[in-house]
Amino acid sequence: MERFTTLTSRTVVLPAANIDTDQIIPARFLTTTTRAGLGKRLFADWRYDEHGVPRAQFALNQPAAAGCRILVAGRNFGCGSSREHAAWALIDHGFRAVISTEFADIFANNALKNGLLPVIVEEATAAWLIAHPGAALAIDVARRTFALPDGTTVSFPLEAFARHRLLEGVDELGFLLAHASQIDAYERRA
Amino acid sequence: MARTPQTLFEKVWQRHEVCAESAATPAVLYIDLHLVHEVTSPQAFALLSKRGLPVRRPERTLATMDHSTPTTTAQVFGGAPITIDAAARQVRELEENCARFGVELLGLRHGQRGIVHVIGPELGLTQPGKTIVCGDSHTSTHGALGALAFGIGSTEVAHVLATQCLLQRKPRTLAVKVEGTLAAGVSAKDLILAIIGRLGVSGGTGHVIEYRGDTIAALGMEERMTVCNMSIEAGARAGMIAPDETTFAYLRGRPRAPTAEAWERALEEWRQLPGDPGARFDREIDIEAGAVEPMITYGTNPGMVMPIGGHIPQRPGDPAFARALEYMGLNAGEPIKDQPVNVVFIGSCTNARLSDLRTAAAVLRGRRIARGLTMLVVPGSQQVKRAAEAEGLDRVFLDAGAEWRESGCSMCLGMNGDVVGRGQYAISTSNRNFEGRQGAGARTLLASPLTAAASAVRGRVTDPRELT
Ligand code: SF4
Repeated sequence: MERFTTLTSRTVVLPAANIDTDQIIPARFLTTTTRAGLGKRLFADWRYDEHGVPRAQFALNQPAAAGCRILVAGRNFGCGSSREHAAWALIDHGFRAVISTEFADIFANNALKNGLLPVIVEEATAAWLIAHPGAALAIDVARRTFALPDGTTVSFPLEAFARHRLLEGVDELGFLLAHASQIDAYERRA
Repeated sequence: MARTPQTLFEKVWQRHEVCAESAATPAVLYIDLHLVHEVTSPQAFALLSKRGLPVRRPERTLATMDHSTPTTTAQVFGGAPITIDAAARQVRELEENCARFGVELLGLRHGQRGIVHVIGPELGLTQPGKTIVCGDSHTSTHGALGALAFGIGSTEVAHVLATQCLLQRKPRTLAVKVEGTLAAGVSAKDLILAIIGRLGVSGGTGHVIEYRGDTIAALGMEERMTVCNMSIEAGARAGMIAPDETTFAYLRGRPRAPTAEAWERALEEWRQLPGDPGARFDREIDIEAGAVEPMITYGTNPGMVMPIGGHIPQRPGDPAFARALEYMGLNAGEPIKDQPVNVVFIGSCTNARLSDLRTAAAVLRGRRIARGLTMLVVPGSQQVKRAAEAEGLDRVFLDAGAEWRESGCSMCLGMNGDVVGRGQYAISTSNRNFEGRQGAGARTLLASPLTAAASAVRGRVTDPRELT
């Protein structure tokens, strides 16, 4: 995995709470057998009308959203299905971080495994970010902080191993494989 | 020194620690059983191929196909091609991957194929005290037998294939204690919907739920599966129920359950699993079973749920709530009863086992579904299908005007072409009412098999207690 140390970007805001993985990537696009190309299906039913025409008012379709790598979303982002396609689609579209007050467990896991950073913030910070789409933020993984445009620093929780993996680009499968002798021992015991 | 009392979850977790967690690293957790299906596995097998890795323990891995597979007999058995090309490709790819990696596959025409969470218990593979994972969030279902079972993403599928282990932080515990007797017409589905209504869709995040209390102990095995199945709808990755005589009676004699001496040994172990007296949970909630009514959802997540006889709540100043009702075409403050429906779906890993089909058939026997309504009955597995046919349930459904299909996920997620039309209302016995879940623009009302069948007869949302 690539190292992830800092990220500076403007934000795109989707204020809805409980954005589920069926919205992030509808099931009919899960018939792929690879990870590539899912970005164009990201939020498909919100982004396009039934004829495939982009809905101009949807945040991701607005010119200001181009090139934004940080998504700000309402509480409990990524609930529902375990489909890792949701993380893949967000990354393929260009996002590297999602900010919310709360993430569903499986989504947060999947995101971190792919170098997409789930950033958990307090209500007040979330409310400010939701009210200021396009805000320019600077995320620092090592410090577990990000800077608001006025220079205020906000810290966020990030599990120690996840942080280490992002910073060093540690391959998790390689890490597990390195435990082969412990796994062998467990299997003999069990 | 006296041992600290442990919960069911803590016992199972501890027995599977290859390495315990530390501040710096998560635990390495051993996985006893890995279930694999066609939609979330291709990328995982590809990762193994890329790294030149074998499947570490093929005998602890079982694959089947359910999510994108067709449910028409012609496409499953009649040699007709699978109409959705991409689905056909996933089926083929799973066949190839299983052959190449030596993984057992219950393939498209296998008599034991079915929805992955239906066949695990049915085959007797799901057992108390096991750790079970699958690239699917409803893996929580298997916790009904006292297993620690949870959904994982495709990268983790690759980790388990390659190492039989996962890196996991230990979750917190939440006890949901249910006491009292469920009223007539109120089922396990209504109970879990009521629990989700109480917890909210993220109330269980970061937790493993243990359902306990006399109501839970009195539930049959299939009802317990319905309850544990929807744990994820409250945000909890796993739901568990302590194994007891109901569990053992269910498992005894199943094709892959232990036999003879191994059975006796297993029983002895399984009896040690229930939580110790005095074991502490991080959180506890109490639910009074007698107060639960038949439940139905009115919105676009499973927490937007109400008693069927009630009025849709009002939440002025909540734009997300307003948006959900707009999507549903429903109005705050109005009753949901008598809302016309276009489609009734009896199926999914929540409610497509034999007892569910029996319940629905009992309502439909000697009746017809409403004119203009489409009703799909999709058994949870091929074994359930055969068992239902042996009792003549297929005739009951067909005579009533419903369709009787081969097993699979079908209209639960609409990947295989079984979809609800744009703007149409479907009463579904499945578990998710997200926007577009059953097809782009589809409007889903989640309910029990009893409510779904009663509503099919009238073509309107119907309190099953009124249909006598
Ligand atoms: S029936 Fe529905 S919820 Fe269950 S495994 Fe299939 S798609 Fe998932």
